[in-house]
Amino acid sequence: MSEIVFEGISKVFPRGGAAFTALSDVSLGIPDKQFLAIVGPSGCGKTTLLRMAAGLEAPSSGIVRVGGRPVNGPGADRAVVFQQFALFPWKTVRENIAFGLKCKGMPRAKRDELALHYLELMGMSGTEDNYPHQLSGGMQQRVAIARSYAIEPQVLLMDEPFGSLDAQTRTLMQEELIRISRVNPRTVLFITHGVEEAVYLADRVVVLTRSPGRITEIIDVRPVREAEGWDRLASEEALEMPGFGHLRARIWRLLRQEMQAPSTDQT
Amino acid sequence: MAGILTAARPGRGQLALLSVAGTAIFFGLWQILAISGLVSKFVLPSPTEVITAGLTMVVEPFAGNTIQGHVIASFGRWAMGFALAAGIGIPLGLAMGYWRVLDAMVSPIFEAYRYIAPLAWVPFAALWFGTGIGGPVMVIFTGAFAPCVLNAYRGAHLVERHLIEAARTLGAGSLRVMAEVLLPGALPSVVSGLRVGAGLGWQSLIGAELIVVSSGIGYVLVQGQSNLAPEIVIAAMLAVGLTGLLIDIALRFAESRIRRRWGQTA
Repeated sequence: MSEIVFEGISKVFPRGGAAFTALSDVSLGIPDKQFLAIVGPSGCGKTTLLRMAAGLEAPSSGIVRVGGRPVNGPGADRAVVFQQFALFPWKTVRENIAFGLKCKGMPRAKRDELALHYLELMGMSGTEDNYPHQLSGGMQQRVAIARSYAIEPQVLLMDEPFGSLDAQTRTLMQEELIRISRVNPRTVLFITHGVEEAVYLADRVVVLTRSPGRITEIIDVRPVREAEGWDRLASEEALEMPGFGHLRARIWRLLRQEMQAPSTDQT
Repeated sequence: MAGILTAARPGRGQLALLSVAGTAIFFGLWQILAISGLVSKFVLPSPTEVITAGLTMVVEPFAGNTIQGHVIASFGRWAMGFALAAGIGIPLGLAMGYWRVLDAMVSPIFEAYRYIAPLAWVPFAALWFGTGIGGPVMVIFTGAFAPCVLNAYRGAHLVERHLIEAARTLGAGSLRVMAEVLLPGALPSVVSGLRVGAGLGWQSLIGAELIVVSSGIGYVLVQGQSNLAPEIVIAAMLAVGLTGLLIDIALRFAESRIRRRWGQTA
């Protein structure tokens, strides 16, 4: 079992002498093998939540558990996919993917074999000896995703992974991620500010408010997806389904209210 | 010629030509000054005398060794001191860049240390490590150490934060982060530090040899002076300059290769 549980999480940052509350009493559970997306305006603390699950940041109060164990510090049981790809520019594609396996002490032959396997899964066979700067943004992010899958983590933490890609590439990557999640299901926490992306990819979508970050609503996408059979459709077709439009509009309304509401924490 | 001098952006070949011309003018003026009789040959020997003295030392030992023997002795000391400075300085600089606690602890002493000229260490170097190999090696070390530490430290700060975070979330421990992320990420800066350190180390070595040892190119300088042979002094100075230039060219070459390999992305 590899669920992610946030229990009463608050995060306060010092900001020029005053204290800024980024997150206030957030509790949220992501069951094993579920794909959960968090949407919210910039500065609502969604990335902070992900960084806490990754162990890159500590909550001011509350506790994060992954697979039942409290998180304190980063570890290979929780893989992170960053918006900036974060590939090592001095390592080849193969070496990048094999890095986490090397940290585990896996022998070279074994880790090279696994690296090639995951590269193939991402449809990128033949690029293993390239350096990251020789690849397009979309291909770089595929390598980063392969690197995360290769360490076979309990959970995947994706921080706006397609945020820096152009629209067409982003759509293709979303379809790709769905395909990979099907052959290799994982517990996923996915941060985005794209409403369509969240609805298209996630089992459940969490809407966060800003200043301080709180959960407004949790929307279960699965019943609508299954009823309309989006899994069998290309993304542009799924986007045209009435159920999809309805969910998208509902989340947009929540976000709009949120953007127009006066902030409760004016500093 | 006038065309070259006024060209807004001289090409590579033109620049090389200008370098050769400048050097030729320098030696030409020097030769004219020396043979004109305006200055005594004991004050300023001519370039031809200097080159003759230098070439003579290639075959006839002076001060116990041939000139190439002295250069090799100096180079060996330099290599030892420099390797020591790089071997200790680079890991220390990276570690200071990684752990703030270590940075806060070491920085004050280090900041004071780096303003002490390497030659100021000569008395202690002789006292602690003697005048054979240890003393001069320590002087080179004190010269090369600070740039090695400083550039590794600055380079570590330039490594993008998300690369360090990616390595940690993939299960890398601190040592692996330093060896596989900070060091390669900081490498261009580290190599610049090595270049500065190599130069400073080489300069301080010659200084140290003037004072404490009985071999090496600095020793040739002192012996030339006491034998009233200024052409030997200048020949030794040229050997110092040329060796330093060769060291710098080698490191420059390494630097450009690294920059090319690292590509455009950082």
